[in-house]
Amino acid sequence: MRLVFVTAATGVVMVVVIFELLRRRQLREKYGALWLVVALAVLPLAFFPTLLDGFTSVLGIASGLSLFLFLSVVFLLLVSVHLSWESSRLEEETRCLSEEIALLRAEVAEFKESRERVNAP
Amino acid sequence: MTATNERLLTILPAWNEAESITAVIKEIQRELPEVDILVVDDCSRDTTAAVARAAGAKVLRLPYNLGVGGARRLGYRYAAEHHYDIAVQMDADGQHDPRYVRDMVDALATADLVIGARFAGEGAYRVSGPRQWAMKLLSVALSAIAGTRLTDTTSGFRACRGELIEFYSRNFPVEYLGDTVDTIVQTRRSGYLISQIPVSMRPRQGGTPSASPAKSMVYLLRSGLALLLALVRR
Repeated sequence: MRLVFVTAATGVVMVVVIFELLRRRQLREKYGALWLVVALAVLPLAFFPTLLDGFTSVLGIASGLSLFLFLSVVFLLLVSVHLSWESSRLEEETRCLSEEIALLRAEVAEFKESRERVNAP
Repeated sequence: MTATNERLLTILPAWNEAESITAVIKEIQRELPEVDILVVDDCSRDTTAAVARAAGAKVLRLPYNLGVGGARRLGYRYAAEHHYDIAVQMDADGQHDPRYVRDMVDALATADLVIGARFAGEGAYRVSGPRQWAMKLLSVALSAIAGTRLTDTTSGFRACRGELIEFYSRNFPVEYLGDTVDTIVQTRRSGYLISQIPVSMRPRQGGTPSASPAKSMVYLLRSGLALLLALVRR
C-alpha cells in the first residue's frame, strides 16, 4: 500500500509541474501537450499499479509493471532521439544566422567606409 | 586563365592565425595580383581579422566558432552572392603555395572541382602509422567513387567554378572531415567532375600539427565513420 502512495504522489507531481510550465509559457505547446498526455495516462496507473495485470496476462507478460517499464524505456529512447534531431536542426539554423550576420557586418563596414570616403574631402 | 577576365576569389578560413596570415595574403597578392582574397575569421581570440584587413583582404568574422567546414561554407556563400566565376579554398597557415593556383584554374577547363594533391609526385610530404592507413583508405575508396585517381582526399587546397560554388554555398558539409571527405562523394553524386593536380605543400608557418599516435588512431576511426556516413547519405 505504501508503494501506491509513492507512485501516486510522483504521478501527481509530474502533472502539476508540466501544467505549471505550460501555464508560464516555458514549454512549447507541442512538447507540453505530449508530456501532459503522458502524465495523464500514467496517473491512473500510479494509483492502481495492478491495473495492467489483466491485459498483460493475455499477452503472456508476467506483470503489468514489466510491460509498463518496457514501454517507458522505448518511449524515452524515442524522445531522446527526437531531441537530438531537434538540436541538430537548431544548430543548422543558428549556423545560417551566424553566416548571415557575418555577411551583413561586412556589408555594413563597407558602406560606412564608402560614406566616409565621400564625406572626407 | 591569363587572357580571360574571370573573377577569382581565394577563400582562407582562419582561426587564430594572426602571426602567419599577413605573409600568406601578401604572397597571394604578389603571385596573383588580379585575385580577390577573402579571409573568414572563425571567431579567433587573437587579432586575425584586423591583421587580415590591414593586409588588404576582405574579412568576414563569424560571431562564434563554426569549425573549418563552416567557415569554408560561408566563403562559398560569399563567392556565390558576389558572383565570382572561380573559388579557390586554401589554408591560412601558409601550407598551400599560391603559385599552383594558375595550374588548378587551367585544370578547371575539364573538371568542376580540382584538388591540389600531395603524394602525386611533387614535394616530400610523408606520414606513417594510423594516419597513413586512414589516408590510404580514404584515397582508395574515394578514387573509386570519383572515377578518377585521388591521392590526397583530405587536401584543403581546392578550386571550383560556377555552379559548384552555388552548390557549396548551400551544401558544404560542416562536420569534422566532412569538408574533405563528404564533399568529394557529394560533388560526384551531384554529377560534377573531379580531378587533381600534383602540388607540394610547405611546412606550416604558424599553428601546430596534430600527430600523436592516439590522435592518429582517432583520426582513422573518424575518417571511416565520415566515409560510411557520406556513402549512405541521401
